[in-house]
Amino acid sequence: MTGIIGGLPDSILQFTYLVAGVLFIQGLRDMTHPRTATRGNKISSGGMFLAVVVTILWFEVLSPLVLGAGLLVGGAIGVWLAVTVETTEMPQLVGLFNGFGGGASALVAGAELIDVMGSGNSLSVGLASTAAIAGIIGAVTFWGSLVAAGKLHGVVGDSPVSETVGHGIKILFLSAAVVAGLFLIVRPDIFGSAPLAAWIPSYWVLVAAASILGIFLVVPIGGADMPVVIALLNSYSGLAAATTGFVLNNTVLIIAGTLVGASGLILTVIMCESMNRSLTNVLFGGLGIGDRDSEDMEDIYEGKITESSAEEIVMLMETAQRVVIVPGYGMAVAQAQHAVAELVELLDENGVDVEFGIHPVAGRMPGHMNALLAEADVPYDKMRELEEVNPTFSQTDLVIVTGANDVVNPKANTDDSSPISGMPVLNVAEAQSVAVNKRSLSPGFSGIPNPLFAKDNTSMLFGDAKESMQELVNQYKDATS
Amino acid sequence: MTFVENLTLFVLAAFVGYEIITKIPTNLHTPLMSGANAISGITLLGSVVVAGSGSTTIATVLGFLAVVMATINVIGGYLVSHFMLDQFSHGGRN
Repeated sequence: MTGIIGGLPDSILQFTYLVAGVLFIQGLRDMTHPRTATRGNKISSGGMFLAVVVTILWFEVLSPLVLGAGLLVGGAIGVWLAVTVETTEMPQLVGLFNGFGGGASALVAGAELIDVMGSGNSLSVGLASTAAIAGIIGAVTFWGSLVAAGKLHGVVGDSPVSETVGHGIKILFLSAAVVAGLFLIVRPDIFGSAPLAAWIPSYWVLVAAASILGIFLVVPIGGADMPVVIALLNSYSGLAAATTGFVLNNTVLIIAGTLVGASGLILTVIMCESMNRSLTNVLFGGLGIGDRDSEDMEDIYEGKITESSAEEIVMLMETAQRVVIVPGYGMAVAQAQHAVAELVELLDENGVDVEFGIHPVAGRMPGHMNALLAEADVPYDKMRELEEVNPTFSQTDLVIVTGANDVVNPKANTDDSSPISGMPVLNVAEAQSVAVNKRSLSPGFSGIPNPLFAKDNTSMLFGDAKESMQELVNQYKDATS
Repeated sequence: MTFVENLTLFVLAAFVGYEIITKIPTNLHTPLMSGANAISGITLLGSVVVAGSGSTTIATVLGFLAVVMATINVIGGYLVSHFMLDQFSHGGRN
């Protein structure tokens, strides 16, 4: 059962896997600097290429046609998705890719079980248990990711399932999956001395139960928390790959899968910290959605909102020495990043010290806003992180907030009972003046009003982000030329 | 390889991963996520082995589906990361 180069000693295959593993690690190391990151991505994909090619050449491939067709179909779909995606839709695409990785792991484990059965070999406890784990994690990842991607894309709504019923269903199906897994591992004597074939269906029962579990895990979680869920599922898909590595006794699967597991887990923790929420709270709590703060909202806003115009904001821009722009997802949805980038360029040319203040969870993924701005050719060194920019607001003449809401809400610092209490926010109110560009006074993801809008030094520029920013660009050009 | 040897590898890789990934700046977290995603498509290797040696039709069919899904993950993930990182390097040159 060996392929073209399969006659060579096994240590050569193992050595190649080691090289691939090193390439993955070096690729990640290069991601620690924007300058070397592109190279890192190439190194990592080189590792993948090496590992795949050596595997194909090594093992006897009974059906090169089937294999080639699979690679071609998958490759074509992957290229098509990657080329057509909008930067704003990146999170749901990453979620979707994630799901496919998990799904593949579950299928591989199943196919391996069937293969063992077909070849008449005995099924070891190790193989059976790792297959069961890969099946559960893979199926949960697949369905959970599909739901998460659907929510981010707006095709799956938030759920009507009550919390108690939801928890009941989750426990029921998790138990079902675990029991089915135990049956596969232990194969108790209830069918007499049944061959493995009689036990294979229990693997598919396990996959079915885990699939339902995956759906019910994600359905009750609010749309705002989807990035955390996707990072967590990313981690799961890595762990599923690592587990498959245990099943197939394949070292590079273990190394690569573990790296992904670690990266997903770290990103999950970072996102939870940026929102000052525990993982348990994200998975089982959820931010308040609805109108419970509606009266409060009138109290805060009534008679205290200063509406402004592009002319007035341009006047502030003309006298400003330092301007900070705080972008939010609203800016990205309106595709206003190009107008914003042009505005920054103009300010820069006129000798104004201008920077972006970027909240870690602005956008829909950690670092998503940076990717959106990079797309509009914003210089990398103008993007400042929260800890860096916060101390500078007191020396800032004008802050322009566009399409952001919760990330600049002072309630996080002042109101202990607020759902966003303790979440690190951009303290824009410390600046001389603040211009907030927003379509209306409607609350953001967290569903709470924002006292920033009612502050004396805040003026509101109502309207679509793209139109408003273009208006600012045009008027500023006229004023300064 | 014994289970314990595999476990050793797993634990060591987890430590290395933690050390490197915590050093990656926020700005690069989105490309990291899609890049890591692509790496998780390493599952493709498993799919290749199974689809190749599939002694039964059903195993071959499952293997084929797994190859398709894993390839989407790998190719799509690396490409998306590449496009994003490319934009970063443009921004950085200004």
